[in-house]
Amino acid sequence: MTTGAGDEQIVDNSVAEQAAPDLDQLSTPSRLVTALKREHPHWITEIIEAFGEATAVVPRLHIVEVCTALKFDVEGKFDFLADLCGVDRGVEEEPRFEVNYHLFSTTRHHRLRLKVVLHENNVHVPTVTGVWRTANWHERETFDLFGIVFDEHPDLRRILLPDDWQGHALRKDFPLRGYEPYSLK
Amino acid sequence: MVWRPIGPVSPIGPINKKRLMSTINIPPQFEIVDRPLDTQMTISMGPQHPSTHGVLRLELVLDGEMVVKATPDIGYLHTGMEKLFEYKKYQQGIVITDRMDYLNPLGNNLAYVMAVEKLLGLEIPERALVIRVLMCELQRIASHLVWLGTHALDIGAMTVFFYCFREREKILNLIEAASGGRLTPSYFRIGGLMMDLPPGFERRVQQFQDGFLKSVEEFHTLLTGNRIFQKRTQNVGRISAKDAIDWGLSGPCLRGSGVNLDVRRANPYTGYETYDFEVPIEHDGDVWARYLVRMREMKESHKIVAQALGRLKPGPVKADAPKVVLPDREAMKKHMDALIHHFLIVAEGFDVPAGEVYHPIEASKGELGVYVKSDGGPKPARVHFRGPSFVNLSALPHMSEGAMVADIVAIIGSLDIVLGEIDR
Repeated sequence: MTTGAGDEQIVDNSVAEQAAPDLDQLSTPSRLVTALKREHPHWITEIIEAFGEATAVVPRLHIVEVCTALKFDVEGKFDFLADLCGVDRGVEEEPRFEVNYHLFSTTRHHRLRLKVVLHENNVHVPTVTGVWRTANWHERETFDLFGIVFDEHPDLRRILLPDDWQGHALRKDFPLRGYEPYSLK
Repeated sequence: MVWRPIGPVSPIGPINKKRLMSTINIPPQFEIVDRPLDTQMTISMGPQHPSTHGVLRLELVLDGEMVVKATPDIGYLHTGMEKLFEYKKYQQGIVITDRMDYLNPLGNNLAYVMAVEKLLGLEIPERALVIRVLMCELQRIASHLVWLGTHALDIGAMTVFFYCFREREKILNLIEAASGGRLTPSYFRIGGLMMDLPPGFERRVQQFQDGFLKSVEEFHTLLTGNRIFQKRTQNVGRISAKDAIDWGLSGPCLRGSGVNLDVRRANPYTGYETYDFEVPIEHDGDVWARYLVRMREMKESHKIVAQALGRLKPGPVKADAPKVVLPDREAMKKHMDALIHHFLIVAEGFDVPAGEVYHPIEASKGELGVYVKSDGGPKPARVHFRGPSFVNLSALPHMSEGAMVADIVAIIGSLDIVLGEIDR
């Protein structure tokens, strides 16, 4: 699943030249993020190619910068945020949470997934509503169901569940039938 | 249904200037605004309002009859489907997808099934692909017919509803003939189809096809030239192409704003790249444009169905993967290994390789994306649906700014939302 991820860690000029033929074989989105990583090595920690989809793992604090760069990048033009969803890897897993951003280009028609991994003791991610306004409801949903806090979100409140709901329903430690019968007040 | 508080208290309207001036000094933090009615009012529209198509509640801040702010309040139909997926085997998840966008269940089946097939790396036989296209396009027509009937009904044209449901009934009968279910077909399975089409199905589809174009002309006669309908829809709920992309609109809503984007063309699946059809585009970005796009789309779907009918050749409809696809009933009765496979698939399910995929399809309402993450077991670790209705509805506040209350009804109708998919 993590093909080529190890090589990306040690990119310098000499390795990059050797890797050039390989880059052509990669799909365009992963070529774009590889170029972005070369420019800003600390923005992307890992690039994963699996099932014909490209995934870039982005550190929590750089997500807005990466999204802005990808949106306005002339070659990539990822101007469309198709989806944003949270994942709970499991109670014992560390880091426990993921936030997946599915980017799409309305002109180039290619797709890219950005992934932010979060530890349970710090579930804060900067919001990307400033980059795409459609992120608003997606982030509210992720906050509602996973308890992931999107910092500086304009309107971060529950969207699917009632405001007085206890817990976050899609976390793995939340029982399928809830803690107790939910009473409507 | 019980009210629940949403966020901070709604903004209180500006102060009544004349009354205030005569009695007290106005504190500096209040702004004095001259408005025809001198006040704003917050009203709650829905969740039981018929034009909200289910259980959508809108909190409208009104200035007279003009909408200052519309805030959708959703979640009344939340049934925890994404949670439920994590407790069900992969093949059991298909029946849950039926219940999301209940006007387009085959599209939901397809998106989910294809995402799992992508993880499994299954090769689907040609006949199954053609039948998938055929059924999905019929379903798209049926979905658009419900939209057209209810949209026109909301605006006040009642007759259209009956004509639309007459045609939709024919499609539902076809779906019932193929799968046994009308609204919850679960016809597509991981690795192919539930079973092959019944004998004489092509003839019945052809019968529907022969009459359908005439019906579309009837709809046009009833609505397109109708002055009232035009006045109610033109220049209402406008959204520019740039804003539409920014708000993540997809499907006919996006194409009504002049963006040429159709997942069937952009990221083709089930062989859509080999079909000859047009992607209708309108540039006005208003309710009227979205109406025209869907009307033309029905004709394009009709074209695709005709092509798919011509491509139906005998052949298998299930992939050659005995550990994933249920064996034929007859084989199960005669062969020991088929019986064992059947037992194992039903009792224990099948393991799906670890990994994650996002598979988008063009559902009748826009891009329906399915995110499936597997840890390697028979149950998914996470299934997430990017519902087109969910995202399209999130742009409603933007579209309805400055509209009249009656326009809200037209705008909601033009978004073609299904609350089952929004709340999941």
